[in-house]
Amino acid sequence: MGLTLSQKILAAHAGKDYVEPGELINCKVDLALANDITAPVAIQEFNKIGVDRVFDPDRVVLVPDHFVPNKDIKSAEQAKMLRDFSRRYGLTNRFDVGTMGIEHCLLPEQGLVGPGDVVIGADSHTCTYGALGAFSTGVGSTDLAAAMATGEVWFKVPAASKFTYYGKRRPWVSGKDLILYTIGKIGVDGALYQSMEFGGEAISSLSMDSRFTMANMAIEAGAKNGIFPVDEITLQYIKGRLKRDYRIFTADPDAEYVAEYEFNLDEIEPQVAFPHLPSNTKGISEAAGLTIDQVVIGSCTNGRLEDLRVAAQILQGRQVHPEIRLIVFPGTQQIYLDALREGIIETLISAGAAVSTPTCGPCLGGHMGILAKGERALSTTNRNFVGRMGHPESEVYLCSPAIAAASAVLGRIGSPAELGLKEVD
Amino acid sequence: MTITGRVWKFGDNIDTDAIIPARYLNSADPANLAAHCMEDADPTFPSKVRPGDIIVAGRNFGCGSSREHAPLALKAAGVACVIAPSFARIFYRNAINIGLPILEAPEAAAAISEGETITVDLATGQITSPNAPEPFRAKPFPPFMQELMDAGGLIAYTRKKVNRHA
Repeated sequence: MGLTLSQKILAAHAGKDYVEPGELINCKVDLALANDITAPVAIQEFNKIGVDRVFDPDRVVLVPDHFVPNKDIKSAEQAKMLRDFSRRYGLTNRFDVGTMGIEHCLLPEQGLVGPGDVVIGADSHTCTYGALGAFSTGVGSTDLAAAMATGEVWFKVPAASKFTYYGKRRPWVSGKDLILYTIGKIGVDGALYQSMEFGGEAISSLSMDSRFTMANMAIEAGAKNGIFPVDEITLQYIKGRLKRDYRIFTADPDAEYVAEYEFNLDEIEPQVAFPHLPSNTKGISEAAGLTIDQVVIGSCTNGRLEDLRVAAQILQGRQVHPEIRLIVFPGTQQIYLDALREGIIETLISAGAAVSTPTCGPCLGGHMGILAKGERALSTTNRNFVGRMGHPESEVYLCSPAIAAASAVLGRIGSPAELGLKEVD
Repeated sequence: MTITGRVWKFGDNIDTDAIIPARYLNSADPANLAAHCMEDADPTFPSKVRPGDIIVAGRNFGCGSSREHAPLALKAAGVACVIAPSFARIFYRNAINIGLPILEAPEAAAAISEGETITVDLATGQITSPNAPEPFRAKPFPPFMQELMDAGGLIAYTRKKVNRHA
């Protein structure tokens, strides 16, 4: 019987020709990642194992991004643990304030993850790298600690579901809309424990940034990973970035899927996920009109250049509504610099946006844009759970950068079409 | 090992932000985590939960973030066991790794009510409720996970493994 993309990568990393769904395997990892929330717990556990080195200093990366620049003394202590560990164990790839970024924007950009890799990260959105054709998944701090010591992790081989997209994208529809629509259809546990394998003609023409956005939110459907086939767009992206060899795997034509879904893009309009689940989606035509207090554009989901570019296109020559606070978080220092050189940052600031250094801060209600009781945010981030961005009685609505930027001008949820804008490719 | 405890009931998709909000993750101190455990789902929980209490929840318990602080918070708050029809996968791994007993038991999760005192036999997966004529059965753990738990968790297991190779 044929193998899915994830089965093939896992088999190769477990030293096997064949693995079947449900099988427990021990796998070699190409990269192990943690951040300033999860690394401190991982370091504590690592210290109990009794080894004097990490398995490979090139392949352990600790990125301070959640509460950094340090938001308070406790956060500073946590980030210091991570910095001390990186120094002590001679980690090769070190990033900090001034050179860092949101981990899932940063690692692909820096060429640290590539096609065919097995990557684990103590962050649930580690599934982002599936956009590059890697098997990539989130784990907890203890799993990460064991992998830092041994370079290995155990997995239950996931069954897979196939998601095929066809048809022509409607105006202002991005990868974010496709993944929100998909989660809306299958639910927040619609792919529980599974691999989500994305494909179809509409995916072939989808930009790398939009693919990262889609793979990023596989976890919001409960999936173990999300994965894309490697094509010219992938190869173009990794060219000149990826610092080591890679392997391209393809799913067998007779691979077995537990479910197969097909989506016609002709029927998908820009999406908004209502509180308090990412699956609670509506089309923009149904969502338009709700007043909001804050708009956030950024995060590991939508903090890439394409995202900032579309926001600037909409905000060019316009002003953020006086009742709205618009906060923009470029995903990495490089994205920030590229956006600056393109004039995007000037456009955003002229329109009345606050532009921040890269941080996960507001997405998880950490810092840099917390909501008060009763406030409502429209955000390009990935979760709208109760209390996610602040007070338990605040609300978060999820959408694409285009909808976020247009709504910031309108002062309520709405679309760029309402501003008389046409999408340019 | 047998646990007898009072039941707290929660619904479907209890996420890790509900279990321990990110605003408290600037510290992994167990006492700090316990003080805010489940507060966005039920503000009275941290002050009313007693050691040995049992959470019985709906499906996809622990969805969202990979934060190990979630099972750590429940354990530190004294929660002896979580019973649900299904768990989010990262939470499932984390709970096993840190030694928080969890049981997948759809029938038990549906039938058991808030405030009941139930008994859970972790070795057999048998769940006994005074309001149910027959005990419920949880899905057994795969042998490898049982081995991990018997070894005292992933870190103890890894310690043995690296020392064997040394």
